[in-house]
Amino acid sequence: MSAGRFSRWFDRKGWAGLIIGAPYVWLLVFFFLPFLIVLSISLSTNTPTAPPFSFGGEHPVINPSAYVRILTDSLYVRAFLTSLFNAGVAALLCLLVGYPMALGLTRVSTTWRNVFLMLVILPFWTSFLLRVYAWMGLMGKNSWFNGLLTDAWNILVPMDWAVKSVPMMHSNFAVVLVMVYTYLPFMILPLYASLERLDPVLDEAAMDLGSRPAQVFRDVTLPQSVPGIIAGGMLVFIPAAGELVIPTLVGNASQPMIGRLISDEFGQARDWPMASAIAVALLVLMVVPTMLYSHFQAKAEGSK
Amino acid sequence: MEEPFLRIEGVSKSFGAFQAVKDVNLAVGKGEIFALLGGSGCGKTTLLRMLAGFEEPTAGKIFLDGRDMAGVPPWERPIHMMFQSYAIFPHMTVEANVGYGLKHEAGLTKAGRAARVAEMLDLVQLKPFAKRRPHQISGGQRQRVALARALARQPKLLLLDEPLAALDKKLREHTQFELMSIQERTGVTFIVVTHDQEEAMTLADRIAVMDRGEVKQVGSPTEIYEFPNSKFVAGFIGSVNSFDATVVDREGPNLRLSVPGLGGAVIARDVPGAVAGQKVSLAVRPEKIQLGKERPTSPNSFQGHVKDLAYFGKDSLYRVALGDALVQAHAVNARRGDGGARIVDWDDEVWLSFEPSSAIVLVS
Repeated sequence: MSAGRFSRWFDRKGWAGLIIGAPYVWLLVFFFLPFLIVLSISLSTNTPTAPPFSFGGEHPVINPSAYVRILTDSLYVRAFLTSLFNAGVAALLCLLVGYPMALGLTRVSTTWRNVFLMLVILPFWTSFLLRVYAWMGLMGKNSWFNGLLTDAWNILVPMDWAVKSVPMMHSNFAVVLVMVYTYLPFMILPLYASLERLDPVLDEAAMDLGSRPAQVFRDVTLPQSVPGIIAGGMLVFIPAAGELVIPTLVGNASQPMIGRLISDEFGQARDWPMASAIAVALLVLMVVPTMLYSHFQAKAEGSK
Repeated sequence: MEEPFLRIEGVSKSFGAFQAVKDVNLAVGKGEIFALLGGSGCGKTTLLRMLAGFEEPTAGKIFLDGRDMAGVPPWERPIHMMFQSYAIFPHMTVEANVGYGLKHEAGLTKAGRAARVAEMLDLVQLKPFAKRRPHQISGGQRQRVALARALARQPKLLLLDEPLAALDKKLREHTQFELMSIQERTGVTFIVVTHDQEEAMTLADRIAVMDRGEVKQVGSPTEIYEFPNSKFVAGFIGSVNSFDATVVDREGPNLRLSVPGLGGAVIARDVPGAVAGQKVSLAVRPEKIQLGKERPTSPNSFQGHVKDLAYFGKDSLYRVALGDALVQAHAVNARRGDGGARIVDWDDEVWLSFEPSSAIVLVS
């Protein structure tokens, strides 16, 4: 069958519509409808029944009390702020560590580039949990790694400040460190994709016009990689903000983060409306800036 | 001798075992348009990149205005380049592109910078497009942005890498004259790299013909075309009929050659270094060959028959079989044949002739 005949058959049978439509059907069934369910639960009333919520009857059909609590109870406000702060710091650190790596990837020979790209992706071949446990081992009080840092600290600072071990575990530091480690590839890959597309002749042109290499980077490379920075930033920030496992395993238990709150409200507290409300609030926090960004980008593209 | 504006002295460049440029010596005068002409891989672009500072010569030196350029990084050279792909910054407006180099110029105020940008945009007639982005303008306009950007910093030397290659034929002719007029107005020395002999001939004051890393000949377009010094240059610039020949003896200001391919003797203008018995090449340009049905009086006359002809209207190209040789003759159709018949047609017996001064003897 020739390509022309194939495409005619393809069009006539409406396959194109199916292929384009399938992802939307998927999103509708497995994202939008569940979201509506979560949204409606978040506006219901918590009851000691199974399932633990109800609409109507003796309760109001729409009960916004969960949202009111999110905005007024300092526990939730703090959890949101901590999560957003940790995710923001993690995204920023990923950018600072990942940018030179991505830039380096574009500057090495094709053979090495493939090797290094493989190394970037390699950690995904082992279980995520295993890697977090490995970090717990490294950061723990009795590990050789902690011992090394402790010795270094004790040598470098006055005797009065000497410590028995470096308190790394169960802190925001540990959460951010493991997040950076975990999400770094999500920063490097989109950055690499956007840097790799840049024409090296533009660097030469800038140099030719009087720019030193640092100025070339600032004027030519960096502005052109902004789409990659934003894509990588969102790929790190969004999952990091809702992260459950890392704060649970290495975080400070007295400083809750959103992911753990959702899990606790659903599980221990059996307060589904509250858990749903937190989930919806998190989604809104993530989606609105993303939509604003793509709106302005589309506008900028259009006005070009 | 006065120091030339740009002096390239014994410059070579190797990439591993490959020698891209071999012992090039050139002197370019101030305000000249100088062309580096050659096929792909002849080393012309490598030479240009060494002038811009992107490559350091393996051996030899480059002097600009008396200053040794060795070790001077590209950003400190008063040499700017117009890249073949134009290399316009896609994230900046036309105006910002043109002004880019100016922000490195100490002592230039913001207003002074804006004035210079405006002046440059005027020069290349792009004023109305100042606020556009590169993808909103045409290829020809992008080429002019690249030119304005390179000229904005008032370089001592402007390098143009295949400046017209990306333009279509019509725009190319127009741009050619525009480039020449801009060069005249600014007085900047231009070095043009091109593979297109016509481009080099029309643009340049002088041309260096390069082949496999070596400069074969340097001269004005006329010198290169009319007095090529080697078989390579003769064949590279324009088309040529080339024959093996042997020097017989001298005859006044001329040489007598025996040319087996033409089945007889040829009288040609004497060249230095030719000695009797020497094997040489005889080259005759197709348009220097007269073609007619009557026997001419010229000493170099040969009879053959028309094997092929291409009629272009204003002129025709004939391929005439002459013994075992096929000779090309290019003739202007100055007269009209009767009733649509051609004056010279396929399989006609014709006489070919050329003046001794048109016969080029090539020793190498």
